Amino acid sequence: MPTSKSEPTGPAGGRAGPCYDLAVIGAGPAGLAAADTAARFGLRVALVDAGSRLGGQYYRHPAPELGAARPGRLHHGWAVFTRLRARLAASPLVDHLAGHHVWAAEAGGPGDGGRPWRLHATHGPGAADRTTVRARAVLLATGAHERHLPFPGWTLPGVVSAGGAQAVLKSSLVLPGRRIVVAGSGPLLLAVASSLVSAGAEVPAVVEAASYLGYARGLPVLAGNPAKLAEGAAHGAGLLRRGVRLRRGSAVVEAHGTDRVTAVTVARLDSRWRPVPGSGRRIACDALAIGHGLVPQIELAVELGAGTVTGPDGAVALEVDAEQRTSVPGLWAAGETCGVGGADLALAEGVLAAHAVAGRPAPAREAATRRRRRAFAALMAAAHAPGPDWTGWVTDDTEVCRCEEVPAREVRAAVEELGAGDARTVKLLTRAGMGWCQGRMCGPAVARLSGGGAGRPDSRPLSCPVPLAQLAEPRPD
Amino acid sequence: MDPFDLVGAEPGPARTVLFDGRPVPALPGQTLAAALWADGVLAWRTTRGGGRPRGAFCGIGQCFDCLATVNGRPNQRLCLLPAEHGDTVTTQEGHGHADLEV
Repeated sequence: MPTSKSEPTGPAGGRAGPCYDLAVIGAGPAGLAAADTAARFGLRVALVDAGSRLGGQYYRHPAPELGAARPGRLHHGWAVFTRLRARLAASPLVDHLAGHHVWAAEAGGPGDGGRPWRLHATHGPGAADRTTVRARAVLLATGAHERHLPFPGWTLPGVVSAGGAQAVLKSSLVLPGRRIVVAGSGPLLLAVASSLVSAGAEVPAVVEAASYLGYARGLPVLAGNPAKLAEGAAHGAGLLRRGVRLRRGSAVVEAHGTDRVTAVTVARLDSRWRPVPGSGRRIACDALAIGHGLVPQIELAVELGAGTVTGPDGAVALEVDAEQRTSVPGLWAAGETCGVGGADLALAEGVLAAHAVAGRPAPAREAATRRRRRAFAALMAAAHAPGPDWTGWVTDDTEVCRCEEVPAREVRAAVEELGAGDARTVKLLTRAGMGWCQGRMCGPAVARLSGGGAGRPDSRPLSCPVPLAQLAEPRPD
Repeated sequence: MDPFDLVGAEPGPARTVLFDGRPVPALPGQTLAAALWADGVLAWRTTRGGGRPRGAFCGIGQCFDCLATVNGRPNQRLCLLPAEHGDTVTTQEGHGHADLEV
């Protein structure tokens, strides 16, 4: 597998190189499985990924220069990754375009004789270079990003996202502090807490907003997914053994400190996630890892008009058929982009998508895994769906939009005094969601504070920052 | 136990980067954000409006909170940049383009 960081498909910024049979965007579990399967069917594949190494966020691992002899100690299912990586490395049919950020996809024409798809990507230091990748079909395997719900003090240094704490640990072998509270909602919290503790951090508490009673409603689904139960139980048992307390039905309602976090207040929540008055308890810490689940990262497909579905937790995902086809001809999706469900599901869907692209019948094993794991994913999303009254811990001074420093007071004034009824109007009135991150951090929160649910997917015509010079360049062909 | 023990890491010799003029060690393969965290530094930017301190939040290049001035260029995401020997990182005040103000 040739890996290129500079000049993968022809002269930089110039005419595109080969036309691939399949371009896979994202080299996490879904993308790796799809590229591997497609290549085994003889398809020529471009594996386009923003990261410098294969693996995505899930299989993120230390740079080779750090000399890690046992990188798998920070992972679940590491052997699956190393097998895929070895097979891809040996395949002459897969080009790995590392460090490539796709900012827009142009749909191809119908049929084999039609115009190919075009993926526009920046790469190189300072995103200074541009590449256009051409392909007959595209698989979107761009994964998910974390959902964040604001609370007083969440912009203090030392308050980091749960996934971010894990990412920096996995890639650079560094912790944000020594005594780290892990809080929010969702199964990622247990995995993050396990990683942090095994790497030597003290975790005084894992604070989970959901009661976990939601899982009890899905006993048949749980019975069909013993591996997921075992995974959760293993994390839970490991944490208990190390004296980590899991506080269910509770939330961090404030982070304290002046120039960095020094403590948090944890309060009990009622079933609607409203903090119970008088239940607050202070826990000293030097870092807080926070996250409220994951939401699919689908902007490239949304801009192409692909159909979406809204999950039980309000997150918008791509709508796909049993063979991972989106509603846009030639565009497939797999893994978290179709609804957050974990690595096993993503691997299975990557394999299924590659079969469909190659015109092969769906393999029974992966189809069965997909059915079971999708049912589990729906149960999980419902169990951890943010309760409607979490806004009860958002004081008027709480910054909602981190980039533009917009406090909840302004968002509430836009709704109550100026009549804004949705996130878009609030954004126009307050700038919440208009900053560098384009609403990725505050989007779900602004939507809720605006009185609307999520529902409609965010539109981001450019899915990542692009130097103006590249937009001004003439099309390469 | 620390992260290096956990994965049996034997990194090459540390390089040195300068943070606001002070030498900070960085191991080969670490990002600038990670090297600063390892040194106990959590903030390297002040916000444009309130002048409040910020550092890395999402850790994967999406939130843009970890911006700083690197080798004279403002608005660089430290969570994405590998630390190179001799890099100079400067705390970024606001938008980082004070030199352009009239």
